[in-house]
Amino acid sequence: MKLNFLNRNINLKAASHSVYTFYKEGFKGMVLGKKLWKIILIKLFVMFVILKLFFFPNYLNTNFQTDEEKGNYVLEQITRNTSLNKTK
Amino acid sequence: MLDVDLSMVNWARAQFALTAMYHWIFVPLTLGLSFLCAFFESIYVRTGNKEWKSITKFWMTLFGINFAIGVATGIILEFEFGTNWSNYSWIVGDIFGAPLAIEGIFAFFLEATFFAVMFFGWNRVSKNFHLFSTWMVAVGSNLSAVWILVANGWMQNPVGMVFNPETARFEMQNFFEVIFNPVAVSKFTHTSSSGFLFACLFILTISCWYLIKERHIEMAKKSIVVASVFGLLSSAYVGFTGDESAYEVAQKQPMKLAAIEGLYQGEKNAPIVAAGILNMDKQPGDNQDPFLVKVEIPYLLSLLANRSFNSFVPGVDDLVYGNKEEGIEGVASKITKGKQALNDLAQFKQARKEKNKEKAEQSLTRFKTNQDYMGYGYLNKPEDAVPSIAIPYYAFHIMVALGTFFPILFIAFLFFSLKGSLTQTKWLLPIGLISSLLGLFAQQSGWVVAEVGRQPWAINGLLPVHVATTNLAARNVQITFFMFLGLFTLLLIAEIKIMLKQISIGPEEGK
Repeated sequence: MKLNFLNRNINLKAASHSVYTFYKEGFKGMVLGKKLWKIILIKLFVMFVILKLFFFPNYLNTNFQTDEEKGNYVLEQITRNTSLNKTK
Repeated sequence: MLDVDLSMVNWARAQFALTAMYHWIFVPLTLGLSFLCAFFESIYVRTGNKEWKSITKFWMTLFGINFAIGVATGIILEFEFGTNWSNYSWIVGDIFGAPLAIEGIFAFFLEATFFAVMFFGWNRVSKNFHLFSTWMVAVGSNLSAVWILVANGWMQNPVGMVFNPETARFEMQNFFEVIFNPVAVSKFTHTSSSGFLFACLFILTISCWYLIKERHIEMAKKSIVVASVFGLLSSAYVGFTGDESAYEVAQKQPMKLAAIEGLYQGEKNAPIVAAGILNMDKQPGDNQDPFLVKVEIPYLLSLLANRSFNSFVPGVDDLVYGNKEEGIEGVASKITKGKQALNDLAQFKQARKEKNKEKAEQSLTRFKTNQDYMGYGYLNKPEDAVPSIAIPYYAFHIMVALGTFFPILFIAFLFFSLKGSLTQTKWLLPIGLISSLLGLFAQQSGWVVAEVGRQPWAINGLLPVHVATTNLAARNVQITFFMFLGLFTLLLIAEIKIMLKQISIGPEEGK
């Protein structure tokens, strides 16, 4: 498939292949980068799989289904010590 | 005050501070080092000198290490919003959730594209396209800090939005007012320019180490010249944006200004405290001297706060107890209005529950009269509106002292570099060696001023910190606090270890 861009014919297949090769060879040729990627992946695993899943649930999303319920809950929270509620 | 577990609030604050301070080790270095890499590479492309290429590649490697270790540490803050600060995140989420997500996606694609070219593209794309990519990484990294700082600026000066009692959320009324909020603008410019300065100090530190060890001398000298020039320009910019930032604080958060200056009794022709030791027994409203000892510069605080020598700068006592002469309303009156607003909000909620439309509308109308004081309704006494004085005062003065020292340091490095006697100036190199630690200290102090100085507010005047939290048990937050402490320590050790190894290897000269 060819794309005309600024009067230049660009072969999309060839372009995608060269982008793929660019990334592939780039990743293959990494030295320090491999170690850094390992750290990034371990960090992301710890953050998203362990911390987020087990220790950081979204409180409102976990306890309420709809936006209306969440809004009502927060409204309740921010007004619960007003004199109106205290006298009830 | 709400019957919340204050120890939970304090643990949540400690955890947020820990995460933000850790995150802020990496961010300023990314902001500044990305531009320095672009400068080094521009010199290489312009001169064609391979030495500049190896210098660029070396600093780019350190930039990559810093980026890799720091990446996604800010996301933890978002986890904390959802878990520990659910009231806050609900109340403002409608405004900032989408822009922050867009910013994340934008940063990801920009970085995935140009970052890859920057690191994988040497000798594989044209010199000019490689240089363009390096500049795009620098611009992109800095742009990705915009929204989070706009969000922070909004919390310090909430404009362009209105509270909707139906949804218990702030809703945007004017996008431009939010993004061009003067507090947000000065926060972004001051923060990013201080990042540039910090990165210049980082380069000084490593280059001085090479000079002391008598290794890679030419590379170190060249790096020092570029870092000193950029550092000097950044220092001037930091000074300018800092002045703007202080002016905005004076206009929008006068209590914070009073705290950072230890000013209790407001005055005209107010002097600025250049240095001083606070009297820790001093309380608002008592007659004690706030300082044990101090050195002042006459008129300067009035000039800084209001751009006028003879203007009045309010102190803590004026703001807490009011000052009729200067037209300053005291906190007691604001508390009364705030409590009225909260009562009307509660009545609105009750009427809505009872499906009594008329009562709901009446409550809403009354609420709107006092809604700007809503946050004060959560305070028990006027003195609750006063932040810690000592922490922001000392943090501010440390930041300013270091901010004054850095340009002198850059001038000294530039002078001896141009004179050609830098390697013989033995007294200067150890100072350069520790300069990035001082820079980090100044960076963290700046955030302490911004965040401790705005207490007790999460959203200035509208939502105190203790109402912004989730109603959780303190032990939940304690556990994750120590988990983060462990994780962050490990990551920091990893970064320092990898960086030291790479510094010890040094640049691949001639490549």
